[in-house]
Amino acid sequence: MNKKFAFSLFGATKFLEHQVDEFLDLLSESNILYRAGITYYLDNGGSGNDAFRQKLQQVDDIESRADDLRRRIEIELYEQSLIPESRADMLSLLEDLDYVINVFEQNLYAYSVENPEFPPELHRELKQLAEQSALAVESTVIAARSYLRDVAAVRDHIHKVRLYEHEADQFALSLKTRIFASDLGLAQKAHLREFVDKVEQVSNEAEDVADWLAIYTIKRVA
Amino acid sequence: MEVTTLLFLSSGLFLGWSLGANDAANVFGTAVGSRMIKFASAALICSVFVVLGATISGAGAAHTLGELGGVNAIAGSFMAAFSAAVTVMWMTRLGLPVSTSQAIVGAIIGWNLFSGSATDLGVLAKIVGTWVLAPVLGGVFGALLYPLTKKVLAASKLHLLRVDAYTRLGLILAGAFGAYALGANNIANVMGVFVHSSPFTDFSVGDLFTISSVQQLFLLGAIAISVGVYTYSKNVMLTVGRGLVPLSPVAAWVVVVAQSVVLFLFASVSLEHFLASNGLPTIPLVPVSSSQAVVGAVIGIGLLQGRRNIRWSVLGNISLGWLATPLISALVCFVALFFLQNVFNQQVFSEVQYKVTGPVIDKLAQRGYATASVRSLEGQAFTSEMNLMEELAKHTDLSYQERYEMAELAKMSPVRIDPAKFEEIRKSEMLTQEQLAALETLAGRSFDYPWMLADALGDQDPAWKFRTANTVNKMYNKELRTKLDLVLNTFGRP
Repeated sequence: MNKKFAFSLFGATKFLEHQVDEFLDLLSESNILYRAGITYYLDNGGSGNDAFRQKLQQVDDIESRADDLRRRIEIELYEQSLIPESRADMLSLLEDLDYVINVFEQNLYAYSVENPEFPPELHRELKQLAEQSALAVESTVIAARSYLRDVAAVRDHIHKVRLYEHEADQFALSLKTRIFASDLGLAQKAHLREFVDKVEQVSNEAEDVADWLAIYTIKRVA
Repeated sequence: MEVTTLLFLSSGLFLGWSLGANDAANVFGTAVGSRMIKFASAALICSVFVVLGATISGAGAAHTLGELGGVNAIAGSFMAAFSAAVTVMWMTRLGLPVSTSQAIVGAIIGWNLFSGSATDLGVLAKIVGTWVLAPVLGGVFGALLYPLTKKVLAASKLHLLRVDAYTRLGLILAGAFGAYALGANNIANVMGVFVHSSPFTDFSVGDLFTISSVQQLFLLGAIAISVGVYTYSKNVMLTVGRGLVPLSPVAAWVVVVAQSVVLFLFASVSLEHFLASNGLPTIPLVPVSSSQAVVGAVIGIGLLQGRRNIRWSVLGNISLGWLATPLISALVCFVALFFLQNVFNQQVFSEVQYKVTGPVIDKLAQRGYATASVRSLEGQAFTSEMNLMEELAKHTDLSYQERYEMAELAKMSPVRIDPAKFEEIRKSEMLTQEQLAALETLAGRSFDYPWMLADALGDQDPAWKFRTANTVNKMYNKELRTKLDLVLNTFGRP
């Protein structure tokens, strides 16, 4: 009887918590799929292979689901006037994280449409860049989860995001240097540079979210 | 019911409205200010629980019949309630949280000055004490509880949304309890003075329960409080909850809890009685009022978060409001009584005789006073308490408080125990069987002074005897005093 009462009393809250967790799960999943997509692209000779197309499709699906989920969470937060003090921060956080998923989708579509031709000697470094970016995003997801449950731990994860972003910067710089030092035509050099930037962009977005999270956290701890 | 009674009742309802408009902020100000509870929801919860508190707990026999009881003419009571209500309404317009009780006490002091009655200095000390002690205690408890609550929340690692849900529930529960207490404690101030002229009769709902006439009267007062909450309380709520210091939802909850803890520990006669009866050391009771404690708690948390958060100008205005409330109320009451008496020809106070007689001097001697110098006044009668006090000052070197006590003893309030009025007493259901029996043995007798009646009743039955004044007996004596007042009011001769 008591359990039932407690359920009905906080049922709506639990459901919303579950939705927020699910949204973060989607970001985490899309991060893994995006990285796998880049790997398949490089290993299987461009965007024509099925493995890459499948990842693109999965990220596309997740993007739509995440958009829908984010809208529902936002409406719920506003309709029920929940967390008045942190509501604006929470909405910004969700929007920013959702944007990261959009970037995953846009990048994979760009790879699919434009088919940039990376020389094989650059593959390893490009994969490392993708890995550092993915790690930055994963740490951002953990930082966001901490912001919701364990504010004191947020700082540790933000620190990692910054570290991975810095690493990604280094790889991107090295890649671009090697591209422009190569014998490729200028048009291809510019084309590849753009795609290196796209992979690096993910870590930059993760860092931006982390910077805002640091501020939201200060507001909650104060 | 007479038209005049109805007219006079209106000032009680006006006071109820003012009380609702101002004091609801103590209960729900921080919840509404921090946007955790919508004003409409807060007003609904507050109203429902004020009505419940007033009708269920407000009508108990042990409750005093209100601080306005000292005013001895209904036109005077009307004006005292009216002055207090006008003052509180004005402060509410300015968005300032003030103490309605202090406005009432201020008005009574205005009436005292007008009628030549002396004012108990203890009451004044209580008001001034509240300005200092209540905010300090509120601040200390707020500053202690806030970091503690945050630590507990951090350790529990609850989801942000769950903390929000729990805080909201906490604010609603604390608000509901606060509103219940507000109704129970203040209804006597609003309606107490009209208890004897209640226009209602008891009625029963089947065999389930009976609603007494007093409860119906209190319900009416509680509805007036609720209307005040709905129509006018938002301003003060926003001052308390947002104007002074921007509060987080958790801080909002801590403020309400800190206020309740301060009131419970430092103003609860029941707790003191419980501790004393069990041989435990008691916490000294100090004058605290919820308006002041709430503001103190908000400032305490504000200081903890950094002084820059506090809007000092708002705090300055609130402090000025506290100082001004009893003063303005007294002034308004004094001036209004003058008009009521001289322009509208209303009797705003009953002429009271103060006579220093042999029995009074003997009673003084019994209480351990040196009566030799008082003997020179034996047989003299005075028409105002202040005149007697002045004479006592000339002839004795007693302190103000001692002279006040003597004057209170010399205050004549003729009482005749008229058997025809026993039914009225019985109907009030306030006296025990023994007390009723003792009263009946005095049928037909007359007494010049209230204390004479008290002594005579005490001689008849131990149930009428005051116990030695100490912490354990405080509640018992207070209850007995209320019963004695009932007898005096019922049998008093005009």
